[in-house]
Amino acid sequence: MSPAPSQLQWKISSWVMIFRTALEERLVYRGDFALGTLMRFLPIVTQIFLWFAVFDAIERKGDNTDGTIGGFSFQEIVAYYLLTMLGRAFSSMPGLASGIAKQIREGEIKRYLIQPIDLIGFLLINRIAHKFAYYVIAAGPFALVFFLCRHYFISGWPSLTTLFAFTLSLVMGFLIGFFLEASIGMIGFWFLEVSSLLFVYMLFSFFLSGHMFPLSLLPDSIEYFVTFLPLKYLAYFPAAIFLGKIPQEELLFELALEAIWLLFFIALCRVAYSRGVKRYSGYGG
Amino acid sequence: MTLKDLHPNYFKVFLTFAKNSLIRDMTFRTNFVLQCVSSVGWTLMNVGFYLILFQYTDSIGADSGWDRDKFFLFLATTWFINSIVQAFFMPNAEEFSELIRTGGLDFALLKPIDTQFLISFRKVDWSSLSNFAAGVVIAIISLRNLALRATSPMIPAWHEVILYIIFVFLGIIIMYSLMICLSATSVWLGRNQTLYNFWFYITNFSRYPMEMYDRGWGRPLYGIFTFIIPVLLVVNVPARILARPIDPRTTAEWFFVMWAFVAACGSLVISRWIFHRALSSYRSASS
Repeated sequence: MSPAPSQLQWKISSWVMIFRTALEERLVYRGDFALGTLMRFLPIVTQIFLWFAVFDAIERKGDNTDGTIGGFSFQEIVAYYLLTMLGRAFSSMPGLASGIAKQIREGEIKRYLIQPIDLIGFLLINRIAHKFAYYVIAAGPFALVFFLCRHYFISGWPSLTTLFAFTLSLVMGFLIGFFLEASIGMIGFWFLEVSSLLFVYMLFSFFLSGHMFPLSLLPDSIEYFVTFLPLKYLAYFPAAIFLGKIPQEELLFELALEAIWLLFFIALCRVAYSRGVKRYSGYGG
Repeated sequence: MTLKDLHPNYFKVFLTFAKNSLIRDMTFRTNFVLQCVSSVGWTLMNVGFYLILFQYTDSIGADSGWDRDKFFLFLATTWFINSIVQAFFMPNAEEFSELIRTGGLDFALLKPIDTQFLISFRKVDWSSLSNFAAGVVIAIISLRNLALRATSPMIPAWHEVILYIIFVFLGIIIMYSLMICLSATSVWLGRNQTLYNFWFYITNFSRYPMEMYDRGWGRPLYGIFTFIIPVLLVVNVPARILARPIDPRTTAEWFFVMWAFVAACGSLVISRWIFHRALSSYRSASS
């Protein structure tokens, strides 16, 4: 009935509306936010001292001549932890999967079946707005901490190509994080209670994403399998790019691989949603 | 707030609380089992991390004496203390700030029993004790390794074991006091989500041998977390008593043992004082 351009216009204006509402909603708690962001760096203080003690012991013993662990020097490991904070700021999706599962359980999901708004699109725009608000407020604390810790970045700024690849990996990390967690939330169509499952996923992701330590520290046989998993894109991969741990000639291939994983999770999420809606039977009021 | 003529049997009351919590946990049995499984999973990941770390180094810190087996005793101590704090105090501290926010504290104040006792012990999170069991396993394995190893084998003396248990208990008291102080501040601050994060981040410091902070810009942290907010003593003092990283013991070590005793008593008194200050500035909510 309506011509295509106006339909598109309508869609865009509703997206903009969703974005603005979500943004305003977030900016209400900015004080709490900024303080919380600074505090989140506190565990890194412990990590700095722990790794100093470890490297100190290795150096004094003197049989490890190049003074690196898994290809990382002491400064690089600290820089790595700081960079994973940045990676996690993009890829972590607090409350996404549990939110979807809750909407399914309480029947709120009916809204999206009736209204001309796509659930996944709506959540994605919401999430982008939340992240955007977060970066606006967290930029200060992040800049402060990175400035104070600048001497840990021993090789200075990486090349423009690396920076570009780094940015690309952060953006794709965000999208993989989103579609991966949304897919987990869709499990709620089959099992009503997913919170324990989610907890198990969070545990694994903390370990296998490289948030706990650089994945190259793992014993070779385990590292081989872990680097096949997509979880590394949530933290390890962007940081490794920035620190030049991914050889230039493999960079394009690795990024292409990440893009394939991203497409896989988009497809998985879509399929799970359409299958789920088919078997959905509207509990609650 | 207690009535002078009524003397409740605190131990019996506590047993009732513990029983009620167990009944509640057993009602949602699958959930309980999954919680245990995930906390054991968390333990395994930590153990994995430190095993990887000790692939590359012989000890944490040069000449600190914290080699693999001794550090795992340290880790087991962390696990004992944290599991007990999480099982007995964490759920209650969370509830306390919620009671203040909703005005539900009125009901607690009316009960003929010490309010701090009621607030501190009402709930028990039994599933957190699975971490205690995990700590026992870690401790047994590392004690066995220590006793059987070729270079400098070690078996703790019986008085060390007794001192260890006492100081684990004192460490729990320090943690408990800190938690009571933090949750009591919600009377003045209202919402205190950030404060809970604060608790996690502070206790994060207690997880490693304290001497590792004693250099450069770590010194102020070392001083603050030893003498003002004594979280560094919580795990370090008992773990050093049992694991004996430096043999023979130094006088500094005995000083910290004494100080941990003083600090535990002091923080208990201070936390009770803060708790009562908080109660007297409490002005209900709603209605």
